Amino acid sequence: MPSHDGALLEVRDLTVTFGGRGRRPFRAVDGVSFSVRPGEVVGLVGESGSGKSVTSLAVMGLLPRRGVEVGGSVRFEGRELLGLPPAALADMRGRDMAMVFQDPMTSLNPVVPIGTQVTEVLLRHTDAGRSQARDEAEQLLRRVGIPDPARRLSEYPHQLSGGMRQRALIAIALACRPRLLIADEPTTALDVTIQAQVLELLRQLVTETGTAMIMITHDLGVVAGLCDKVNVMYAGRVVESADRQEIFAAPRHRYTEGLLASIPRLDAPRGEPLRPIPGSPSDTVPWSQACAFAPRCPSADDECARPDLPLDTDVVRPGHLARCVHPVPVPSLTASEEPS
Amino acid sequence: MTTIPPAQSGPSELGGGGALAAVLDRVERDEERGVSLWRGAFRRLRRNPSAIIGAAIMLAFVLVAVLAPLIAGYEPGRPIPSSGITPSSVPGPSPEHPWGLDSTGADLLTQIVFGARQSLVIGVISTAIGFVAGAALGLLAGGIGGTVDMLVMRVVDIMLSIPSLLLAVSVAAVLGQSRTSVMIAIGVAQVPIFARLLRGSLLQQRAADYVLASFSIGLRRRTVVMSHMLPNALGPIIVQATLTLATAIIEVAALSYLGLGDPNPSVAEWGRMLVKAQPRLDSDPHLALLPGTAIAVTAFGFTLFGEALREALDPKFRR
Repeated sequence: MPSHDGALLEVRDLTVTFGGRGRRPFRAVDGVSFSVRPGEVVGLVGESGSGKSVTSLAVMGLLPRRGVEVGGSVRFEGRELLGLPPAALADMRGRDMAMVFQDPMTSLNPVVPIGTQVTEVLLRHTDAGRSQARDEAEQLLRRVGIPDPARRLSEYPHQLSGGMRQRALIAIALACRPRLLIADEPTTALDVTIQAQVLELLRQLVTETGTAMIMITHDLGVVAGLCDKVNVMYAGRVVESADRQEIFAAPRHRYTEGLLASIPRLDAPRGEPLRPIPGSPSDTVPWSQACAFAPRCPSADDECARPDLPLDTDVVRPGHLARCVHPVPVPSLTASEEPS
Repeated sequence: MTTIPPAQSGPSELGGGGALAAVLDRVERDEERGVSLWRGAFRRLRRNPSAIIGAAIMLAFVLVAVLAPLIAGYEPGRPIPSSGITPSSVPGPSPEHPWGLDSTGADLLTQIVFGARQSLVIGVISTAIGFVAGAALGLLAGGIGGTVDMLVMRVVDIMLSIPSLLLAVSVAAVLGQSRTSVMIAIGVAQVPIFARLLRGSLLQQRAADYVLASFSIGLRRRTVVMSHMLPNALGPIIVQATLTLATAIIEVAALSYLGLGDPNPSVAEWGRMLVKAQPRLDSDPHLALLPGTAIAVTAFGFTLFGEALREALDPKFRR
């Protein structure tokens, strides 16, 4: 286990169980642990339903209180967030940690001018007065690359394009200079050209301000361009965790391998078929009985039917954690290749 | 929105201030202008014939009500001396009395014109009572939720289970005969409609992404409900208010027809005119037809406009 000294955010054995009266409880997040150091960009990667968004909502304290049970520990600068009174959490949200959501078309209030939506976070968390907050909002919009920010302040969300809206949302999230930014698939709803701009903007801002970031995505291209560390999630658990170079150079878990293999490559011969992961995320077994990926895994055999497989330090690649009985064979690391 | 001269805001890479830049700028501006929720709705309303007709009727009704003393020429409820009313007939149209006299010898046109005033005042005030009280209850239920929601909505359900006219009659009967009690009676009967509608509309907003986003920047529940969810939830109850005004006007007439209206005989009221016309229905049907038509046309106008407004605000009809 790597040491987590000096971590900004430390998530330990986080479990989130949905279940109401009469319904069968469903565990969306099952013992997830990871940590984020100041200034670091950590990726949470996985398919829809792998529990990555629920993890981020649990960290932010944004899950509904009724019908949801959250267990484990979430520490922000050493302070335990789970069980904190809602008012104390609300004081931290927007000031210490903030979030950028997936769909910029619906994440801004359609009947409130952009300016009001940017200033309200400043008014909530800082001592700024109205006119001061407005000046600051204008500068924020300029910083995220919105042209003519003074005019934009009085406009409504529908008057902005999708990319501009996502920029405005990023401005809102970064307004109070939070130390942690959670970006939940911030580019999924955007055009490809705009995606690149928004990612570049995020990277720039994160580097400039030293904000740590959790990047939630299913897009390995985003991971390659942005993340320092990667946690791959499957069926509510982290199945592989390593530095970015490690994940791409030597994926150990069969699911990660499948994800990488399913990306179309420019250097592959023409006509080479894409290799999707067979089956769907709903073809799964409970972790308490076997590896949840086993039904879709090409290398699965009887040995995979072990309850609660551990997330182990890899024998051949130290610094690499994987939850797999039959890891992908990779060359072992020599001392000179040791990742920094 | 203030207009910025094109030279200032035109894209600079197109040789600032050039003709092309000016055109591009104007096109951009035209596209952006006036598509906010209410402005867009107004635009769609203007294109809808039934909205125009409804608005025209509403406007005529309001004008008549406001300008009643100028149009009427007589005082309401005062019999004209030596009117020549017999048990079997009333005087017909004459130059002094274009619509003739009613059974008490008062000028019929004057009665109808002042009746509009009565209907408008009572209708608007009672709808305002219902709107404010209902919206407050709906806001409590939909904004706080949980036990408060449960309690408020059960009370509203009880009110809703009583037919609204019956509820109004009971309230009027308890409060006694007066204009105020008519207003309160009709207003109370409307409370559950507004409460349910606003609550439902707030619940719908609660699942919206922007609400989660508002919570994610640490806004307090009160702020999120009042300055984010409420403005988005108001549309349906504003439409309902227009439709309810039509019902209110009918109910004002109904209550005074049932003898629960303002007892003052010098106040002209369409419902009471119907009562007075009843014995003479065979010989002088116009005494009932004219106020009846006034009620129907006014209610129709408000309903037309309300329905058009609902359509204009409905996202499914947008663009």
